[in-house]
This record gives sequence, C-alpha cells and structure tokens, in this order.
Amino acid sequence: MIVPWGETRLVQGNEAVALGAIAAGIGFFAGYPITPSTEIAELLARYMPQLDKKWVQMEDEIASISALIGGRLAGCKSMTATSGPGFSLMQEGLGYACMTEVPLVLVNVMRGGPSTGLPTQAAQGDVMQARWGTHGDHPVIALAPSNVRECFELTIRAFNLSETFRTPVILLPDEVIGHMREKMEFPLEEDVHIVPLSVPDVPVEWYEHYHESASNVSPMASFGTGYRFHVTGLTHDKHGFPTRKENEVIAKMERLKHKITRRLDELEDVQMHDVAESSVVIFAYGSVYRSALAAQAILKKKRKKVGIFRPVTLWPFPDKTVKENLDSKNVIIVPELNQGQMIHEVERMTMDSVRVVPLHRIDGYEITPEEIVDSVMEVI
Amino acid sequence: MAATIPYEYKYLRAKKRFPHVWCPGCGIGIVMGSIIRAVDSIGWQKDDIVMVSGIGCTSRMPVYVDFNTLHTTHGRGLAFGTGVKMANPELNVMAVMGDGDSLAIGGNHIIHAARRNIDITAIIVNNNNYGMTGGQFSPTTPAGARTSTTPYGMIEPCFDVCKLMDGAGASFVARGTVYHVTELDNMLQKAFRKRGFSVVEVLAPCPTNFGRANRQGGPVEMMKLLKENTINLSQLKSMKPDQAEDKVVRGIFVDRDSISYGERYEALCEKAKRAAEAGK
Repeated sequence: MIVPWGETRLVQGNEAVALGAIAAGIGFFAGYPITPSTEIAELLARYMPQLDKKWVQMEDEIASISALIGGRLAGCKSMTATSGPGFSLMQEGLGYACMTEVPLVLVNVMRGGPSTGLPTQAAQGDVMQARWGTHGDHPVIALAPSNVRECFELTIRAFNLSETFRTPVILLPDEVIGHMREKMEFPLEEDVHIVPLSVPDVPVEWYEHYHESASNVSPMASFGTGYRFHVTGLTHDKHGFPTRKENEVIAKMERLKHKITRRLDELEDVQMHDVAESSVVIFAYGSVYRSALAAQAILKKKRKKVGIFRPVTLWPFPDKTVKENLDSKNVIIVPELNQGQMIHEVERMTMDSVRVVPLHRIDGYEITPEEIVDSVMEVI
Repeated sequence: MAATIPYEYKYLRAKKRFPHVWCPGCGIGIVMGSIIRAVDSIGWQKDDIVMVSGIGCTSRMPVYVDFNTLHTTHGRGLAFGTGVKMANPELNVMAVMGDGDSLAIGGNHIIHAARRNIDITAIIVNNNNYGMTGGQFSPTTPAGARTSTTPYGMIEPCFDVCKLMDGAGASFVARGTVYHVTELDNMLQKAFRKRGFSVVEVLAPCPTNFGRANRQGGPVEMMKLLKENTINLSQLKSMKPDQAEDKVVRGIFVDRDSISYGERYEALCEKAKRAAEAGK
C-alpha cells in the first residue's frame, strides 16, 4: 500500500502532494523537472508504475500540460507539478484546458521570481499569474496549503473540484510548504471522499460535449467510449464545433464564467481566528499563515488582540466573506512573500476607511512571526 | 437510379461541417481522402481512432472526420497525442500537422515523439509555407523561395523531414505526394499498421500562397510539378547521381522493427511491481 492510510508518519509537503494524488486516483502524470517541485515527479515515478498508472517525463512544460489534457480526454485523471518558470510555459495549455473544459490538476510549488529568480527559495509571486496568466477571460480555481496535511487533503480536493467543475485546478504551495517535513496523521481510506471520473448518462446520439445543464457543467465523455466528439481551442458550440455566431460565443463565455461564479459556496474555503472581536486583522495565506498564527500567540501574551483571516481557496477570491468580515476593521495587515499581490484584492473589497498595510519579504526567506508582530505593534 | 454515396462519406461529418475551409487547389483534402481509404482498408473502427492536430490549414482536418478528434494548440498535436496514447493504448492515434506546425513550433515535440517511439502515426502535409496566416516561410521553404516574409528570397536552409525523423529514431518514415495518391494510400496503410512512431511526409501544393509567390502557376501546374520533380526509389537507383540532383525522392526510407514506448512502459510496470514485492 502506497498511501499509509490511518498511520502517522513524518512526511514532506511535496511527498504529501504525491500521496494525495495517488489517493485521489491519479491515472496519468506528465512533467518536466524543476526545483522545488521535483520530489513530486520523482515519487510518482516510483509509485505509479507499481499501480499500472501512466507516468512520463516530457520534453518541456508545454508538452507536459498538453499531454495531461490528452490523457484526461482519454480517461485518466491527470496531474503535473512545476514551479514559476514552468508555470509560465504551461499557461498555453492551461488556457486550452479552461476553454475545452478538461479537468486537470497543476501543482505550482512557488519559488522566487521573476525568471530563474531564486530556484531554491520561497515566494508567493505567482498568485496573480495563477489568476490571470493565460490569455483571455477564463475561470480559475487555486488552492494554497499551509501545512503538510493540507498538501495531502488539498491535492485530493483539487482533483475533486477539477472533476466537479470540469476545469483545471491549481495547487499553490510555496517552497516552504513543499519542502517542510511534519508529523502527519493519514486519514482512513473510507473517510476520504473521491469524485469519480464522470460518465455521460445519455445515449451516444444525444450527447453534447458541452451540454447546457443547470449546473453549467455536464458529464464529460472520454475518447474510445463510443461518444465521438470534437475538441478545439477555437470558440465552439455545445457540440464542440467551432463557431463565430454571436449567441453561441456569448453562451460559451458566460457559461465558463458562471460555472464558477454561481457555485462559489462549494469553492470558498476560509479560516478565521478572532476576526469578529479584533479591530486589527492579519490577512495571510500559505506559509505566511503559519507565521501569522505564531504572531497572534506572541501578541496574546502582550495582551494585544489581533484576528487572522486566511483564504485556503485563493481563487475565486472570497469577495463576500472579506467584505462582510473585514470591511469594518481599522487595520488589515497583509504579509506576503512578494511585493504586494493579494493585497490588491483585499483593498478592492474594503472601504477606503480601512487601512490596508502591506508587509513584504522578497529575499527568499519566510516572513517571521516577529516581523508580523512588529508590523502590528506599529499600527495598534 | 439512386445515386451511390462514396464509402468515404461514412467517415466524414459530411452533413454538418462542410463546406471546408481549404482553398481551391489545396492538397489537404486529398490527404484526408487518402487517410480515410487507408483507415477503411485496414478496418479500424471510428470509435477507436483519435485524430489530433495543432494549428494551421492541415490542422483543421479533424473537424471534418467522424473520429474522436482533438484540435489543439500550435505545434502541440503530438504532445496531446502522447497523453491520449499513454492513457488508453487501445486507441489508434494519428496526428495531422503542417510543416510549420510540426517542424518549427512543434519541432521539439516531434523529435522526442520519434525518440520515444510512441505508437502514433504523424502525417505531415508539407506545402512549404504557413498557409493559414498568409504564406510566411517555414522550416521546409526551399532556399531562395519567395514568401510573404522572404520578399528577397529564403536565406535559411530547409529541413529534410525524412532524414530528421530517421535520425530521431522513428520506426517508419516515408514521403509521398498528393499527385501519387495510390502510393500515398499504401504508405499510410503501412504507417498505421506500424508499431512505434511512424511518419509520412506528404508534399502538397499551396497555390494561393506559395505557388503565387513563386510563380508556379495554378493548381494544375503545381500538380504537374509534383509529378515531374519527384522520383521514386527505384527510379533513383536507375539514375546517375547528377540526374537525380534536383529531384525529390518519394518512397519508404525507414521501416524497422523497434519496441514501442507503450511496450517498454508495460515492461517497466512489471519491473516496478516486482521491485515493490521484493522490498516488502
């Protein structure tokens, strides 16, 4: 047994991602080596052939994500793992997967950028690339784990969401999370919910590859199952054939948007600590959330009360929840391992009277609890 | 008397998707006909065929045929196809691509598909230029030729697709033309049957762009050029080297038995299982 169900182990973040993928039923992995994500590919290269699952190292990242889409269309749950420079190359395929509504999981273990940047050090510089990296309007789901257990759980959730919403899902651990080791208690196999591959429930002649269902998402057939369909990155009608008719183009684009925006409740995942009773709140995600928790404990000893607001799902951004909970605060501190990316979203959802204070760290090291404490003490 | 419908029609999305996008005199339709005849003669079922393509005139072909069809991004047809074939090895995967699509932007993918020897048939329709974007030069534009981006003549040497694929490790490499259709039908049949990576380069006219820019005349004149400027392998043998200098050779250049990627991967899985068993 590859996933140690029910056992307690010392596990690395990237290892937990690989085990999460196995738990979720990954059938195909295609990737290209890049630090700091390589452990994921290496471990899956060891595990997947033992299970008769397909693993391949492609010639580059564009080929990797292209192969993933082909693999999923032929009936295998697919995942790749990369980091900033590779993530940039994958934007082409990511857009294609959004447009053609093919589920896949893309893990981007974030390192310092731009360009080759700091290959072995942490950053959160890709959160906006995750949202807007590929061209054109498109739906995005992105999740950011903060510990090893979440690497496992959110990888499974990423697979589930990608199947449920028929769209690529991006997992965004930063290098600190990918490379850290923690004690992890694995759940029991029967306690983990796995969304199976979708199977159309209509006869072949009735099948529409992009059926306009109430949920805006319809079950996707796989190649070789008798449902012969066409897939193209050109804007297409509900059968998948290219179209330029205004009504069909608009219907497609609206559905791509609405399949996310009308089901936000299923996607939102936010953790709040003492937010209601604090006038100062730290907004943090990924590894920085850990420092925020430690900072809160230090401040508690100093009899200073601060809240923490942590989005687990980064995209779609929890607009409504931020508005409801943070719009009445005096100060929101947004520590990030970049020069300020998610802070713009916080500013967008809060009134001018709320002071939104950035805290950046861009030297490749983690933001320490003390830095956050200092920042809080300055504004409190 | 009822009109008989050619059997090719059962492989086409004839009612829904036609007329097609190709210009009058284009060679791509002939290649499509040849693919269908080859598929029919070897008895592949439509449900089991996946046709992938990239971007360009040739890459519009999948929309017209009633297979599982995948029109992807520019140059990536073979990368998508690799995923399809690995995920479901029972499927018969073919990739149709133009010369720019397969050899410029997709150059990296095609050499690695050949090296891996993945069981896919690549059909490269070579019309010596990028047709869809208005006739820019491609990696197969002959030296000296005029295109919309070589107004003073092409200064770069061109690829010999067949030599490139031979060197990269393909199991089957052939070159045909859209004039020599029976020969092309046979080449495609052999390529489809071949285990491992097979490549068929098909020379085709682009009267709208390349032909016009190089004053090669209309579709008929360009077809005559294919007839007169190409020789087959037995003709080559009977000619003196200087006679064959300016001719393009048609024929099957590589036909070797080598283990495909799929077969090697299956063996790998068995090895991995034994290793896991031994490690317990």
